[in-house]
Amino acid sequence: VPATLNVPAMSYDVRRHRLANGLRIILAPDRSSPVVAVAVYYDVGWRSEPEGRTGFAHLFEHLMFQGSASLEKMEHVHYVMSSGGTLNGSTRLDYTNYYEVLPSNALERGLFLEADRMRSPRVTADTLANQIAVVKEEIKVNVLNQPYGGFPWLSLPPLLFETFPNSHNGYGGFEDLDSATVEDATEFFKRYYAPGNAVLAVGGDMDPDETLALIEKHFGDIPRRDTPPRPSFAEPGPTRERRDEVIDANAPTPAVALGWRVPDPIGDLADYLPFIVLADVLVRGDASRLQQRLVHDEHLVTDISAAVGLLEDAFDVRDPTILIVTAFHGSEITSDVVVAAIDEEIARLHEKGLDAGELSRIQARIAATMLTRLDFVLGRTLAMASLEQQRQDPGLVAKLPAMIGAVTADQVVAAAATLRPDRRARLDLVPGGAR
Amino acid sequence: VTSLARPVPGLTKPRRPKQPVLAERTLANGLRVVAVRRGGVPMVHLRLRVPFAGRRSDHLPKRLVLDATMTSGTSTHSRSELAVALQEVGAALSVSTDTDRLLVRGESLKSGLPRVLELLAELVTDAQYPKAAVVGEITRLQTQLQQRLSQPGEVAAEALRRRLYPGHPYGRDLPDPKEIADVTAGGVRKLHRRWVVPPGSLLVLVGDITPARALDQVEKALAGWSGEATKPAPAPDLPVGGDLTLVDRPGAVQSNLRLGGPGLSRSDDGYAALSLANVAFGGYFASRLTQNIREDKGYTYSPRSGLVHAATASGLVLEVDVATEVTGPALVEIAYELGRIATAPITEKELESAVNYLTGLLALQTATQAGLAGVLETLLADGLDVSWLREHPAALARATVDDVLQQSRRFLAPAGLATIVVGDASRVGDAVAALSPVVTRVSS
Repeated sequence: VPATLNVPAMSYDVRRHRLANGLRIILAPDRSSPVVAVAVYYDVGWRSEPEGRTGFAHLFEHLMFQGSASLEKMEHVHYVMSSGGTLNGSTRLDYTNYYEVLPSNALERGLFLEADRMRSPRVTADTLANQIAVVKEEIKVNVLNQPYGGFPWLSLPPLLFETFPNSHNGYGGFEDLDSATVEDATEFFKRYYAPGNAVLAVGGDMDPDETLALIEKHFGDIPRRDTPPRPSFAEPGPTRERRDEVIDANAPTPAVALGWRVPDPIGDLADYLPFIVLADVLVRGDASRLQQRLVHDEHLVTDISAAVGLLEDAFDVRDPTILIVTAFHGSEITSDVVVAAIDEEIARLHEKGLDAGELSRIQARIAATMLTRLDFVLGRTLAMASLEQQRQDPGLVAKLPAMIGAVTADQVVAAAATLRPDRRARLDLVPGGAR
Repeated sequence: VTSLARPVPGLTKPRRPKQPVLAERTLANGLRVVAVRRGGVPMVHLRLRVPFAGRRSDHLPKRLVLDATMTSGTSTHSRSELAVALQEVGAALSVSTDTDRLLVRGESLKSGLPRVLELLAELVTDAQYPKAAVVGEITRLQTQLQQRLSQPGEVAAEALRRRLYPGHPYGRDLPDPKEIADVTAGGVRKLHRRWVVPPGSLLVLVGDITPARALDQVEKALAGWSGEATKPAPAPDLPVGGDLTLVDRPGAVQSNLRLGGPGLSRSDDGYAALSLANVAFGGYFASRLTQNIREDKGYTYSPRSGLVHAATASGLVLEVDVATEVTGPALVEIAYELGRIATAPITEKELESAVNYLTGLLALQTATQAGLAGVLETLLADGLDVSWLREHPAALARATVDDVLQQSRRFLAPAGLATIVVGDASRVGDAVAALSPVVTRVSS
């Protein structure tokens, strides 16, 4: 077995453009399969939604499928799927995205569909009422009718953060959803969905010059509008442990989540990367520190995970963001015992350092996982769009495996030293009934 | 649409996906190996599929313990040493079982393939199932089982299985916690010796590899694996429709509706037409079911229907989670859409859309290393040839609206489907009883 493993470097043809209306364009040709991905990222997520309008960014994502200047309700969906493609959208802290993956003979159609709703979505009282009902059912499926639903991504931020943008429920309260109006939607669109506030990325089986001409044809005459300045959402982190508990009526057994603030992913990338490695040192694979001790040796937990970011990928989020450790355990174990074991393992890591070979094997696994994601044209195109939007560097996607590989043991140990009890939020999930 | 409307661009000439070229070898021990070169990223993905269709009632709890402990140590490596050895080459292996097979899924940086094959061979020939690991996993599985039973989707799926395949291994996936407690390390070792054997097993490798060389590497690593062929389990009886089963979940804010019945296997002549019927009905976002109960009525978030395949049975399943207060009306709309598609032809436009969607979906599913490995594993284990990837789109293109109607009538008619409702019986019981005779069961 080689002592160090060279992760092969990737290289992609990535071209950047900007239309006169401000729309940023990324083109990444790859002719290996007759498939193209089209992704549009708008620079608005639920951190930007106003007080009293929790869940509005996500509700608006639903409304973008309800018809536009040239299309009736459901026509967008029909055109994509009847062309042999699939589509979706998602809303996160810092962005809302829409994407299609299509046979390459439907590329122009896909571009047209995205342009039509960037130009003018059609929101009516009927479609709004319909999608409010649909979103409420979405929240019931994933949260209200689901054991551990929203744990910890909905329940931890209010404990770890103090300001509304960072702490509120991004799925939305039902009262806020019910009171949303067509005027709210019109205003939200005007403010946040300007072409200058968006990135369009096209990846896969296409010719970049022809594609740029098609983009100019369909997006070029969308009028330029002012783009909103993005405010800083920075706030100080905890200076003593913040603790709370949440009762989950659907859950039969307890769980506990720990969250720590991490460095700014954009401004302090060099300090941020070690936390991504650290999360995997803690929980990736049976030989990781927390899996080995808490799952296999001491049988304290049934499952334990750790990641940087709430729901998003570590490179899809701006400051402030967090490292979260989540553990599920049986009722016969107290969460204090679980947390004490986690704390001991973190302390052992920053007192004694990493074992020989521990860092390089974790780096190899992270690189392999990144490569698998890059193999799919959609995953690659989404990553490029996001990296353009947040970092103006879509080509970073190919460099990240090597950058992860360059993180040093000292950096990981220094990162571990910041995971102290007095810097964190701890949320216990208390089972409310085993039905 | 207003005067601002612009014409939607048409499609240009399609490029057909490249067909994968298979290098294939059956080893002397009976293991069938298939390797495909697919560049893109310097990775290789593998799937080892082993027939595992035990008929005994304790097969289910035993196989769950087996798949949780197969990587817990060999005579030369502890669990942790195995994990380290895999990660050193950028690899991971995971084991799962279902009613038909044991599946080892793996991925690795391409340079790690020989090492991964050595470790895979170690697992299949020399997994030790240490007693302490088995006892520990049993405790863990019991808690995980409690967690699974608290999920309404799991409860609904299990209730449907029990309705469709009573008394057959396909009829359950959630053992009693006590059955898990009765499993012993010795019993798991015996299960492994009997079932984890090369005859009838299939290993698929897809990635940035040289196929002929990969076959040699497999042969070198796995030639020492041996064992007697196992027998497949007998097929279950065809499922039947009938009364509605209401599983009480007090306080639930949604009802989980599940309808199911028989389907067709991929090798059946009618499969293409049935696939199209399913898609048009509820198999994609542009379907009638989504249009009706989501986009028109707002009853639900993600209604869907699909064809499911086990080794000796295929089925058609509807999954719809609706607000408690519209449980009755949602069942009415579902029955309406089923009745409509079972008695009147879909439109030519609906047919064309479904054909294009399924053709495109197959191209997408086979566009990545991992996706192609999964598709090949499934196809070849079903006894199909890789040419199916070319022939199936042609069969889709040949199907007529009459063909689709014929399959809809056989498989989507509401009279032929079993219905499960998991929900708050005190709130939905009356509405449900107005629509169908009801058998109520208190949730476990």
